[in-house]
Amino acid sequence: MRPFTYERASDALGAVQAAAATPGAKFLGGGTNLLDLMKLDIEQPAHLIDVSRLPLAELAETVGGGLRIGAMTTGSQVAADARVRTRYPVLAEALVAGGSPQLRNKATTGGNLLQRTRCAYFYDTTKPCNKREPGSGCGALDGLNRNAAILGASSACIATHPSDMAVALVALGARVETLSPDGRPRAFPIEELHRLPGETPHIETHLIPGELITAVVLPPPPEGGQRYRKARDRASFAAGLASVAVAGGRVALGAVAHKPWRAVDAEAALAAGASPQDAMAAELEAASDNGLNGFKITLTARLGAAAISEAKGTAR
Amino acid sequence: MKVTITVNREPRTLDLDPRTTLLDALREHLRLTGSKKGCDHGQCGACTVLVNGLRINACLSLAVMHDGDEVLTIEGVGTPDKLHPLQQAFLTEDAFQCGYCTPGQICSALGMLSEIEAGWPSQAADDVSARPAFSDDEIRERMSGNICRCSAYPQIVEAIKRYARDEALEP
Repeated sequence: MRPFTYERASDALGAVQAAAATPGAKFLGGGTNLLDLMKLDIEQPAHLIDVSRLPLAELAETVGGGLRIGAMTTGSQVAADARVRTRYPVLAEALVAGGSPQLRNKATTGGNLLQRTRCAYFYDTTKPCNKREPGSGCGALDGLNRNAAILGASSACIATHPSDMAVALVALGARVETLSPDGRPRAFPIEELHRLPGETPHIETHLIPGELITAVVLPPPPEGGQRYRKARDRASFAAGLASVAVAGGRVALGAVAHKPWRAVDAEAALAAGASPQDAMAAELEAASDNGLNGFKITLTARLGAAAISEAKGTAR
Repeated sequence: MKVTITVNREPRTLDLDPRTTLLDALREHLRLTGSKKGCDHGQCGACTVLVNGLRINACLSLAVMHDGDEVLTIEGVGTPDKLHPLQQAFLTEDAFQCGYCTPGQICSALGMLSEIEAGWPSQAADDVSARPAFSDDEIRERMSGNICRCSAYPQIVEAIKRYARDEALEP
C-alpha cells in the first residue's frame, strides 16, 4: 500500500473543508472496499479523512412519514432496524443479500453507494481499463465479460455497479443528502447520483469532488408489495449476476448496468396492465449481448418477472 | 501515529504507520497471531475479530480507525488451559482439520450468536421482519463470511449448535 496521511474528522463541515483543501484526499467510511482497492494499488489516495465516527449514524423518522438513514449507519444496523424490516422490507432484503455479515458490520450506507465495480479488468492492473486508467481501453469489451453490463454500456466501459442496497433505494425512490465542499447542503433523487459510463467511466457519480453524502432519505413506503431477488454464482457472499428490487409500482435492476437501473419501461408496461413477463421484455428490448453476458438478458427477464409476481403476493 | 486499543481487556498503545491494518497490528505488533491472514481481502474470514462486540474482518480495517475501541481476539476468548465452551464444542464435534480458519470461525460464531439473539435478519428467512430461527440454514448463511478449505462445514454447524444448546442460547 502506498503511503498516505490520515485524519479523523470530528464534524461533517470539517470533513468537507479538509477534503477541499487536500489534494488526493478521500473519505474513509467502513473501508471495506477502499482499503481493499488500496492494497491492490487501484485506489491511491494521498490523504484519508476518516468520517466513520461523524454523528451521522442514526435512523430517524421524518416529518413526512419517511425515514432518514444517516450515511455512517452500517448495513447490519439498517437491515436490523424494525422500521426498515416492516415498512421497507425490500431494503432489508437487499442489504442481507450483499457482502458477508463481517462486511455489513463495517460497511456504511454512504460507502455502499460509492463502492467501485467488481469488473475483473478493473481489478487486474496488468489489463487495460478506462475506469482505472482513462484512455487505456476496455479489456472486458471483447474479453471475459460474463458479468458485464447489458444495459446502458458504452464502447469505453461495460462494467456494472455492484451494490444491492442501491437497487432497493432506487425502487423506493430515496433521496440523497450531501454536504458540498463550500458547506452547503444539497438533496437530490438517488437516480441522479450515479452516471452511465459514456466516454468517462472513471467519473462514476454527479457528486462534486469533496462532496460528502450525509444521509439517504426514504419517502413513506409505497402502496403495494416489495421484493428483492438476486441471482449469483453461489448461494451467499457473491456479487450479483442480476438483481431486481420491486417497491409498489417501481422496479429497479442491479448488476446489469453502470448504475442501479430504474426499469421505467417495465414500470410503464405494468401500469398499463402488462404481465410481469411482458413488462420485463419491454425493459430488456434494448439490452445488449457482448458475447459471454448474453445469458444475463434471459436471467434478468425471469428474475424480474418472478420478483414482480412475488411483490404482488406480499402486498398488504 | 499513536493509537490506543483495548485488546482482550487490556489497553495497548502503539505507534503505527497509518497503513497498518488492525490485523497486522494484532499479529505483527502485539504478537497475537491467533487471528489469521488468509486472503487479506475480506473474502475468507480467517481474520475475524470482535470490535466493540461486533465481528469484522481485521484485514479490511486500519488500526488507526480503532483508537478507543475494544477488540476481542481468539486469545481473549479462551486459553489452552481454560477453553471457552465454544472452543471445547469445536473439539468435541471435530469441527476442523488444519485449524487455520478456526480462530476466525469461533470469533465469527460468537458474533453471529449475538446477532441472532438481537433478532437481526439474514437472507435465509423468507420474511425479514420475522424473528430469526436458530436453524441449520440460518447458521450456514450467517457463517458464509468464513471459508474452511478443509470443508469442515457440517461439523462447524454441529459445534455451534452444541455450544448454543449447552449454554441454553437457543431462542
